[in-house]
Amino acid sequence: MEYEAVIGLEIHAQLLTDSKAFCSCSTKFGAQPNMNTCPVCQGMPGTLPVFNKKALEFTIKMALACNCSINEFSRFARKNYYYPDLPKNYQISQYELPISEHGWVVVETEDGPRKIGITRIHMEEDAGKLIHDEHRPVSYVDLNRTGVPLIEIVSEPDMRTPEEAASYLKTLHSILVYLRICDGNMEEGSFRCDANVSVRPVGSSKLGVKTELKNMNSFRNVQRGLQHEIDRHTEVIREGGTIIQETRLFDPSTGATVSMRSKEQAHDYRYFPDPDLLPLRVSKEWIEEIRSTLPELPAEKKERFVNEFGIPHYDAGVLTASRELAEYFENVVREFNNPKSVSNWIMTEFMRAMKLDDRPISSILVKPGQLSSLLKMIDDGKISGKIAKTVFDTMWETGKSPESIVQEKGLLQVSDSSELESLITKVLEGNPNEVGKYLSGKTQLMGFFVGQVMKASKGKANPGMVNEILTKKLAERSEK
Amino acid sequence: MSDLFNKSAHELIGLLRNRQTSSVEITRAFLDRTRNCEPQIKAFVTIDEEEAIEAARRADSLIDRGEAKTLTGLPIVIKDNMCLKGRRTSCGSKILENFRPPYNATVVEKIIGEGMVILGSANMDEFAMGSSTENSYWGATRNPWSLDRTPGGSSGGSAASVAACETPISLGSDTGGSIRLPASFCGVTGMKPTYGAVSRYGLVAYASSLDQIGPFARDTEDLALMLNLICGYDPLDSTSAPIQYPDFTTFLNKPIKGMTIGAPSQFLDKIEDKDVESILSEAKTVFEKLGAKFVELSLPHLDYGIAAYYVIAPCEASSNLARYDGVKYGYRADNVDGMIDMYCKTRASGFGEEVKRRIMLGTYALSSGYYDAYYLKAAKIRTLITNDFKKAFESCDAIFCPTAPSPAFRLGEKIDDPMQMYLTDVFTIPVNMAGLPGISIPAGFSSDGLPIGLQLIAAHFQEPKIIQLASAFQNETVHHHARPKI
Amino acid sequence: MKITPEQVDYVAVLGRLYLTEQEKDKYLNQLDDILKYMETLDSVCTDDVEPMASPVELFNPFREDVVKPSLPMEQALANAPAVDGTSFKVPKILD
Repeated sequence: MEYEAVIGLEIHAQLLTDSKAFCSCSTKFGAQPNMNTCPVCQGMPGTLPVFNKKALEFTIKMALACNCSINEFSRFARKNYYYPDLPKNYQISQYELPISEHGWVVVETEDGPRKIGITRIHMEEDAGKLIHDEHRPVSYVDLNRTGVPLIEIVSEPDMRTPEEAASYLKTLHSILVYLRICDGNMEEGSFRCDANVSVRPVGSSKLGVKTELKNMNSFRNVQRGLQHEIDRHTEVIREGGTIIQETRLFDPSTGATVSMRSKEQAHDYRYFPDPDLLPLRVSKEWIEEIRSTLPELPAEKKERFVNEFGIPHYDAGVLTASRELAEYFENVVREFNNPKSVSNWIMTEFMRAMKLDDRPISSILVKPGQLSSLLKMIDDGKISGKIAKTVFDTMWETGKSPESIVQEKGLLQVSDSSELESLITKVLEGNPNEVGKYLSGKTQLMGFFVGQVMKASKGKANPGMVNEILTKKLAERSEK
Repeated sequence: MSDLFNKSAHELIGLLRNRQTSSVEITRAFLDRTRNCEPQIKAFVTIDEEEAIEAARRADSLIDRGEAKTLTGLPIVIKDNMCLKGRRTSCGSKILENFRPPYNATVVEKIIGEGMVILGSANMDEFAMGSSTENSYWGATRNPWSLDRTPGGSSGGSAASVAACETPISLGSDTGGSIRLPASFCGVTGMKPTYGAVSRYGLVAYASSLDQIGPFARDTEDLALMLNLICGYDPLDSTSAPIQYPDFTTFLNKPIKGMTIGAPSQFLDKIEDKDVESILSEAKTVFEKLGAKFVELSLPHLDYGIAAYYVIAPCEASSNLARYDGVKYGYRADNVDGMIDMYCKTRASGFGEEVKRRIMLGTYALSSGYYDAYYLKAAKIRTLITNDFKKAFESCDAIFCPTAPSPAFRLGEKIDDPMQMYLTDVFTIPVNMAGLPGISIPAGFSSDGLPIGLQLIAAHFQEPKIIQLASAFQNETVHHHARPKI
Repeated sequence: MKITPEQVDYVAVLGRLYLTEQEKDKYLNQLDDILKYMETLDSVCTDDVEPMASPVELFNPFREDVVKPSLPMEQALANAPAVDGTSFKVPKILD
């Protein structure tokens, strides 16, 4: 029997607000433990939460970008459970009345685009961090992250393969980053993913028993974890066993998933409306106001790049993977209207350098106007493509304009025909044997002569003119 | 002046204004009085003599510089569940025995900003759960009118300290009657303002949707002065009402002719105590004499108030009290084996019996499979109770009823029968359910000399109406001038 | 609805409370009394009645996204029963 997997993802994304969801502490990552805490986020007796308006606006942005409907009325609920990283021993979340529901996104799969449903997007507060002592039976609690605003994006169980799940995850990641409401950093935990997975015979509409997977902190690990879990389910079922509904941890070092053995009781979160927070009411006008601030999203941008610039889908996909890169591309094209040439340069030299330095676009020294000048110089025959690459390297390091680098290093292409003629004459006179062979019919040697001339000009000779003059000179010699 | 402690707040303010006395002198008088009374009353958890004298000195220099505000230099006592920065705020519990908050409650900020003198913190039922102040880790407070009786609860210390003249004014909190009941039992004037009128920031939560801070005083005038200070919007409390409050003292000493008072049959039919019944009817005569008009009212869902309250309040409490786990502050049990063991041991020995009972009750009512039958049902009944009141206030300015079904009961009398204890709050609980303002004023004495209070309830933010009625009543009666012999 | 000893045990675990056998008995009986009293609520028809979570009939109390100073470290940890460095110290949870 053939089996298929049914996968749903729960994504937690930290919102890029300056202050926490319910108090005024900073959300900055990396401070000394408990530096960014106050009576409110420590859950001290008597403290009360007051919600950060920006966190709501950010959530609405994401909900709109995911085609969700925004509920006019929503409210916070308490999710009650004990854990030392949760100072109040309840998490302020949303339950019965989330801010938004019923959305979808289109993701690229091997079989073309697919629509994946989104059940709900709701707001909640993050928990703190526990660090376990390796030598002693104690743990350390750091509450800096406690109260950082999160959104939880719950998908429908619409995915069938780990690849689809990864593609969905990447799609949501890029939307969040495009909207500039989440930094998307998976290692630091600002973008996290849990998965629900079950397996059933192909053609069956009944869902199998699901397990919940945690601790997959990279796109690749999400795929690995899911694959392992799907294989495990399939094997257990094939052998006549049953899957136990449970939470399992992915172990990146082995690629396997392991059961979270816990003495905890079955979860009974005892949700109820948080009496310390009043309901939220979002008017249609407010929604439209926020909608008007939405940027062009990755999928739309990609389509436009294909249509407007005539570049291949692949190029458009690469260029629009990041909003900053896409904007960079468009800024270069504005000055140098040869989109394919710009795209080639960005996808090769530019991205190679970026990757090597691991630098965000905002800190790159080469301004779009400078890159377009460089490309224009190639186009005008002022420098060769090869020289341009070395000029680009210098631009990357120093931020100087290509004109000044070419000037300083004397890299301007030699297009003076008398200068070139004398160079070529010298090359031909210096290689009588090759000339003889050429004249006797070995015309492949043309390349050799071009190479020699370029070498003699230190790469600056205009290759087109060199070809033209060489052909002329050699023809003259054959007539003699 | 040896009898300073007998004076009301407005009398003391007059003396301070005319420079006939100083804040230090007043503060010393109350501290001396407290020293004399405390061995019998036990109204305080903490007495801060040095800090009080220090604050009084600062108040005197403000007065000297002409920078005094209305209540500058006046002593006050704070219920032990309002955060006092750097000072013990124990909420009557072992679990917070040594808790010193790093911040002040908003009301405390206002009190300090006004230049008032905090004498100390008042005893209370642990986490404000109780109607007798017997559930305190620090021991029971006694009723100044009869030392073998309870002062009522949960703000028993706040009420007893005013009744025993250990302070002219105090603050309490009221979740189901915790200000009004002890005010009635101790023969003082106490008010629970409209939910949202006084910031809850810094009030250690019992049941968040019901808790409200309010004052105790000798009379309505003092009460109005204190309300002027503590009412107001607070951006730190999301449930705080963003409205402007009038000067409550402008509603004192005004005629009440033509005002309408509603007498709900559902309340009045419940009165079994003969003394309470006769005092209520005397009070009615007083109001009528002053020109107020009584109308009959029906509040059909009132009977369900207690049952709904004892679902909602424990549900909220079970969640509010989850934070006491021995991790960040408060008591932690010794000799624990792992985290869960630490939680369970800490909470088992850190909380008292009534608190644990309500945690159990609330946890049960919220647990999987019971939410709809309990919490949701109670929350709907809360809507019905609120609607009953809204409708009632279309035909009256205030509602009139007893504060408590009886005068103060004996210490230990109800402690082993929680259901009987809960029924004490039958007249006060519905007011919290609807978030209304309610005042309890002394209305007379029982045959054995115990004070009996009368409750007036108004619509949301209609405190002025019950202040006007209470002031008129007190101008006409002397019950609030009576003092216990101690 | 009659509360059972198993439910008392379950609720005590959820609420993180150890109860002695004596307390269990006592709470079982008292909770039973209280829950019986609450059955009066069943007689009220609440179809089409909206539940009320708070007496406040307002919406959207927000704060602006502005950072204010956090607690100084010595105050942040001053009330903690056990501290290591600048962290709260607790018994190990995964055992």
